[in-house]
Amino acid sequence: MSFLLIATVILVFIVVFQIAKASEYVSVLKGEEKTREQSNRINGFLMISFLVLGLIGVYWCNELFYHKTLLAQTSASKEGENIDLMLKITFAITGVVFLLTQILLFYFAWKYQEKEGRKAEYFPHSNTLEIIWTVVPAVFLLVLVVFGLKFWFHITGPAPKDAIEVEITGKQFNWIYRYPGADGIFGKTYYKNINDEKSNPLGQLWDDPNNQDDIVETSELHIPVGHPVKLIIHSRDVIHDVGLSAFRLKMDAVPGIPTTMWFTPQFTTQQMRERTGDPDYVYEISCDQMCGPGHFGMRGIIVVDTEADYAKWLKSQKSNYATLFPDKQPNAAGADSTKPVAAVVPATAGAKQ
Amino acid sequence: MSNEVILEGGQAVSAHHGEVHEHHEHHDTFITKYVFSQDHKMISKQFLITGMFWGIVGGLFSVIFRLQLGYPDTHFPFLETLLGHWAPDGKLNPEFYYALVTMHGTVLVFFVLTAGLSGTFANFLIPLQVGARDMASPFMNMLSYWFFFLASVVMFASLFVQTGPASGGWTTYPPLSALGGASDGSKAGMDLWLIAMALFVVSQLLAGLNYISTVLNMRTKGLSMTKLPLTVWALFFTAVLGVLSFPVLLSGFILLLFDRHMGTSFYLSNITLASGQVLPNEGGSAILYQHLFWFLGHPEVYIILLPAMGMASEILSINSRKPIFGYMAMVGSLFAICILAFLVWAHHMFVTGLNPFLGSFFVLLTLLIAIPSAIKVFNWLTTLWRGNIRFTPAMMFAIGFVSLFISGGLTGIFLGNSALDLHLHDTMFVVAHFHIVMGVASFFGMFAGIYHWYPKMYGRYLNNTLGYIHFWVTMIGAYCIFWPMHYEGLAGMPRRYPDVSNWHSFNMFGGLNEFISAVALVVFSVQLLFIFNFFYSIFKGRKVRTQNPWHATTLEWTTPIRPGHGNWPGEIPEVHRWAYDYSKDGRDFIPQTEPLGDHESGH
Repeated sequence: MSFLLIATVILVFIVVFQIAKASEYVSVLKGEEKTREQSNRINGFLMISFLVLGLIGVYWCNELFYHKTLLAQTSASKEGENIDLMLKITFAITGVVFLLTQILLFYFAWKYQEKEGRKAEYFPHSNTLEIIWTVVPAVFLLVLVVFGLKFWFHITGPAPKDAIEVEITGKQFNWIYRYPGADGIFGKTYYKNINDEKSNPLGQLWDDPNNQDDIVETSELHIPVGHPVKLIIHSRDVIHDVGLSAFRLKMDAVPGIPTTMWFTPQFTTQQMRERTGDPDYVYEISCDQMCGPGHFGMRGIIVVDTEADYAKWLKSQKSNYATLFPDKQPNAAGADSTKPVAAVVPATAGAKQ
Repeated sequence: MSNEVILEGGQAVSAHHGEVHEHHEHHDTFITKYVFSQDHKMISKQFLITGMFWGIVGGLFSVIFRLQLGYPDTHFPFLETLLGHWAPDGKLNPEFYYALVTMHGTVLVFFVLTAGLSGTFANFLIPLQVGARDMASPFMNMLSYWFFFLASVVMFASLFVQTGPASGGWTTYPPLSALGGASDGSKAGMDLWLIAMALFVVSQLLAGLNYISTVLNMRTKGLSMTKLPLTVWALFFTAVLGVLSFPVLLSGFILLLFDRHMGTSFYLSNITLASGQVLPNEGGSAILYQHLFWFLGHPEVYIILLPAMGMASEILSINSRKPIFGYMAMVGSLFAICILAFLVWAHHMFVTGLNPFLGSFFVLLTLLIAIPSAIKVFNWLTTLWRGNIRFTPAMMFAIGFVSLFISGGLTGIFLGNSALDLHLHDTMFVVAHFHIVMGVASFFGMFAGIYHWYPKMYGRYLNNTLGYIHFWVTMIGAYCIFWPMHYEGLAGMPRRYPDVSNWHSFNMFGGLNEFISAVALVVFSVQLLFIFNFFYSIFKGRKVRTQNPWHATTLEWTTPIRPGHGNWPGEIPEVHRWAYDYSKDGRDFIPQTEPLGDHESGH
């Protein structure tokens, strides 16, 4: 089979080469001028055909794939809607430039192909033209920069005060989530305390009472709908990236340097299933920064709940401390199931780490 | 003794700066003529052929990993035969997939499109077009090739180490690249990668200093800077970019070597490996490396692109039989791109946690590059307008270059805008963008250059029919591969995923991935056809019988059909006018060596 394939490929090569060789002999016999004229005609025709077929191809490609892109869905975060708007503005501007320049390029190539009797025009420069195509692009770029930076500063600016904070830590090759518990404060961690065998994957310091109610999760990241969520992003080993394509956001996880990202989910997972008509729809966290051989399998799941479901879920979680030290009595600062959960009464920013 | 020539046995021999080389008839041995040659023309061919070797290797890597991407569930037994334990049961091991991606990037960016492109054409064209016997320092020039050769040997050797070649991506971000415990590719393969790259930087510096001093000091009589062809301007700016940015890359690599072997913590902090090992390093910044890397990494894009721009400008003008439109604007925009290239590196780092305020400056400066780029595109279009266009294979590739540069440049406006980068960073959109604008477009510039100057290099023509087949298949293929890839990126599909079938969000492009892989295979085969054409024509191609086959104005076409070492057998010609007097005063072209007429003004 593979022998046959190789033989065919070689055969095709030889045939192509022989044709090319023969056409070269023919061109020598016919004379250089005549050959050039002929190949000019053929290639000029191909240039304009490439333009027409290419533009049809661009249209067809869009028909085939547009509905598979995220542009066809509303952003799952409120902030992402700005990004979609920005994408559309950029598409409009660059689309016009693309059509204009590609059409001119191939049209000129076809139109001004060498012809008997035609003389090229000596036209070395024109200040007016050059000023036009310096200033016009500059104006359009200014529009893009202004919109872009407006959205950029909003999205990367400080999270709203009532944002729920969740810590997300990347490691080769999965994600670990931590909730601050009822006190709304993350307990201290130190990386040298990390010990997976002792079920301390984040290196929590047990002598810090704030750690006693911290919930550590590895299966799913639960967040409530319609409420700003701030992720505090860490990495345990190499650089990872929290990629949230449905929310139009991503941010690197860098060892030793915590980063943050916030957004406001606007649809629960259930709502997304209905909107997409896909009963298996899930929000995925993809690692978007090359992190080693398991990079492409570093998948996290986000479950966006209604506020009530989220509160219920949070209440059902046991803190890592309580799981590890079931005999010890949590002290006053620890988890107290009678207190409302963090989602309902977020702690003030000053109380946080 | 100045730049005088000594003629012996019909062969021109150079004598620079009081140092006289007395060559006698048939004195050149095989070794001095073909191996340790100091002739810039031979060195350029050495760069080109080594670059072609790497082009095949790097292209083959992409064909292999495209097989994996297009057919993630299929077993290819021949892969196991070829790659052994890297492809058990004919399926690529993910670690090796990453090694292939890494080497594909490294090889094509540095070894093909830097050394193979500017190494070839700066060496070949600078002395010929400025009217010099050779480079300012032919010996340093020879060294630059041999350092590149050494770098090639070390890089090639790294493919065969037990733990595999470097596999952390061509950017080799630490901590992944610093820690053998994090990835097999970060063991011996990574050390060899760093050594090869260090040798490569040495080669680039030796070459770049030579190019700069040749352009500045060795132009022939009458050839002021503003009379230079745009190829020389572009190659000059390329050399300046390289000389200023490669040392920064080297410093980044040295710190990485220290972190790997000497226990320093430049890039390492708070790390616990998956094995449970806790590293003592604290206080380093992984982001520091990215700053050092991209301070070269972004200019590198222009190191690759500028020579292609210069050659496309020259070829478009010659074959339109028109002067390049807006010569000074073309030089000015090259200069602007060159300056801006140093001020935009952090646009690769918008999502690293970079200060958003700082990021906003990088957005502004990045989008500013679109202005000189727009000037260039419109000037090229106006050069074609009302021309009398000859579709030589070189011209086809030059037109293709402009088309690809537009397509890929426009998607840069998306990615340079940080708000959109939050969404599109590290997706297939990025892959599509840079392959079109810096990969394929630069390749088109390189092909244009090869087809155009091949008659000067070897005294023979490449086969035209094969050239046209090469152009059309590559042009159509490149768009078929990379255009639909943008849609994968707009669906959020991350790059560097060998298999997306487990992802609910990205697994709907199966058919497209197969299509892309099939086209990639076809395009790769056509490149082999080109390589065959190249080597066949060296020996059997149609002979060049006229001194100036393209009716061009520049100095290289005043040399003999097969110039010897020293380029001109007699005096070096004097230059009287710019390089673009086409269709002026009713004449098809006026060579640069022709004095201005009584009532004629310069450009």
